[in-house]
Amino acid sequence: MATESLTYGFADAPEAPSADRQITYIAAISEALREEMRRNENVFVMGEDVGGGFGGAFKVTKGLADEFGDGRVMNMPLAEGGFVGAGTGMALMGLRPVIEMQFADFISSAFDIIVQFAATAHYRWDGAVPWVIRAPSDGGIRSGPFHSQNPEAWFIHTPGLKVVAPATPADAKGLLTAAIRDNNPVIYFESKPLYRSVKGYVPAGEHVTPLGQANLVRSGSDLSIITYGSQVREALTAAAALAQSGIEADVLDLRTLKPLDEEAILETARKTGKIMVVHAANQLAGLGGEIAARIAEKAFEWLDAPVCRLGGLDTPIPFSPPLEDAYRPNALKIEALARELAAY
Amino acid sequence: MTHHLAPDQQLELYYWMRLTRAFDESMIAYWKQGKGIGGTFSQRGHEAISVSAAYALEPDDVIAPMHRDLGAYLLRGLSPRRIFANLLGREAGVSRGRDANLHGMGDLERNIIGFVSHLPHSLPVAVGAAMSFTYRKEPRVALTFTGDGASSTGLFHESLNLAAVQRAPIVVIVENNQYAYSTPLAQQTAVPDIAERASGYGMPGVMLDGNDVEAVYAGVREAVDRARAGDGPTLIEAKTMRMLGHAVHDGAEYVPAELLAAWEEKDPIRRYTRLLLERDVADAQELAEIDRRCEVEMLDAIEWAEQMPLPQADTVTERVYAA
Ligand SMILES: Cc1ncc(C[n+]2csc(CCOP(=O)(O)OP(=O)(O)O)c2C)c(N)n1
Ligand SMILES: [Mg+2]
Repeated sequence: MATESLTYGFADAPEAPSADRQITYIAAISEALREEMRRNENVFVMGEDVGGGFGGAFKVTKGLADEFGDGRVMNMPLAEGGFVGAGTGMALMGLRPVIEMQFADFISSAFDIIVQFAATAHYRWDGAVPWVIRAPSDGGIRSGPFHSQNPEAWFIHTPGLKVVAPATPADAKGLLTAAIRDNNPVIYFESKPLYRSVKGYVPAGEHVTPLGQANLVRSGSDLSIITYGSQVREALTAAAALAQSGIEADVLDLRTLKPLDEEAILETARKTGKIMVVHAANQLAGLGGEIAARIAEKAFEWLDAPVCRLGGLDTPIPFSPPLEDAYRPNALKIEALARELAAY
Repeated sequence: MTHHLAPDQQLELYYWMRLTRAFDESMIAYWKQGKGIGGTFSQRGHEAISVSAAYALEPDDVIAPMHRDLGAYLLRGLSPRRIFANLLGREAGVSRGRDANLHGMGDLERNIIGFVSHLPHSLPVAVGAAMSFTYRKEPRVALTFTGDGASSTGLFHESLNLAAVQRAPIVVIVENNQYAYSTPLAQQTAVPDIAERASGYGMPGVMLDGNDVEAVYAGVREAVDRARAGDGPTLIEAKTMRMLGHAVHDGAEYVPAELLAAWEEKDPIRRYTRLLLERDVADAQELAEIDRRCEVEMLDAIEWAEQMPLPQADTVTERVYAA
């Protein structure tokens, strides 16, 4: 299964690999947290089970309480609405909370506070809310309907929020650093299947991936695959297979989902004229629809085929392996659709 | 009374309640003339609570008022002019035309957190403000208000539990005005005294006569002092009555006339007037002079607000994000 391969696709990442700086995606997240907490005493983490020696369900915050004390690694009761609300109040007072959702799926329990309060405060009365919510999202790891979700579309649809979804260890660090420094509420969707299955070069010390900038991770002239998160790796796997048949794909990693890097999207669209948009989130009313619409509006004359999309099905995310595999995009499905697109 | 109020302080409380009432009356008259934009919420009956709670705070303390707390906004230094301009959607309004009536009137320079419609969302946010004081070891307190209706939400429970477990320096005031829109208290909760719930969270619960301005002041002040001393949150229930409809459009025919009549006897401003005269803090003429001052302020505020320009349409996308 593609999600279990180790470093595939990232050996040719834009930064030159250096043996001592190959770290996992999840270690890169922890590193960004630790470094920002060292740099700025207003930065702290809060969430369920994040504190003490435990370090959260995925151990992202392990060791932080030892270094920074319990006051900056705050264990919260099981109350997402309450503690995202409290994080919003702390952020309004000028602190920079990094709020951990135990799983992205539970962010719906804090939805109200996020979309009604945090997202609107600056527009209505200049109340800046510089928090980050870290949301361990994504499936393919047999976790069932409530530990596999990719709910980014809800938040992309909400004015006042920013949304990011790193695909590589370097961007996991760089985007989290940028998100913490941003003065707006940012939802950071980290991909669970990437946590320990991908290693890559991550610059030591300060490393910022600016928000709003996509990254062309593979260059080809026959078609474009626009994607983000764990599907970047799937797209690169597919692109390698396509290359063996002489089909060369652009692979654009969006990195930031809101605000979108429209320039980069239109550039690859105009370059290849054949576009597919892929995401693990369900396809209906997902980000892919918005991207297809923008390409139709602004790059129509360059198109050589209808823009096509590949996303999750319009079902809850099923648990059993054959069902989840049927639900979820992967490298083979991308490759198959790309062959149709190339032949169009 | 632990916190004695000097005569000039008593007159200040009187003034702020009067100004709140004058604002409310002018606002409602304005809307009845069909000149208002959108809807707006009545304040009548709530003056003692919003004024004295705000009066019990230090300037550095943070307040997160709700839709019945006009008095708190005034006391915190938002002028009647700018508030009326907010009601009229003017650029000079506190939210610069972005939000309606008292909504969106946040101002961090005055330590005011603006509210959203969704209830009781200021509550966890105010708990967070209080937690930030603990984080930074600042001797500050947060205070917020919520309604009897809003006390039925899950977020009310989540917030009070969190405040208690964090020993956050916060005071939470439930303004129990017997109704949530048309829903009477008996259909809202089976426990008639909302303050009783405090024991379930592990914090003191205090029940106050919300129409007695000095009693509210004393109770809030005690809770504020406790919070500032590091002894954690307090849940205060201030009992009052919403004397008009939920908002200007609402005739509140569902409220029994006898109930309103009984509460009219307890009108917070009339009661305080009597008390001040009895105590000889002021004579009738001096109080009438304050009343007149409030009327004049309101005439000025409305005239000013009406002359202020509406926002430019091309600014509609500005400030969605902080720089
Ligand atoms: C979550 C939510 N649901 C519904 C409403 C609509 N609504 C606005 S005020 C109100 C009644 C609130 O009653 P209460 O909390 O007692 O405050 P009061 O208006 O009586 O001061 C309702 C139902 C709302 N603002 N928020
Ligand atoms: Mg009520």
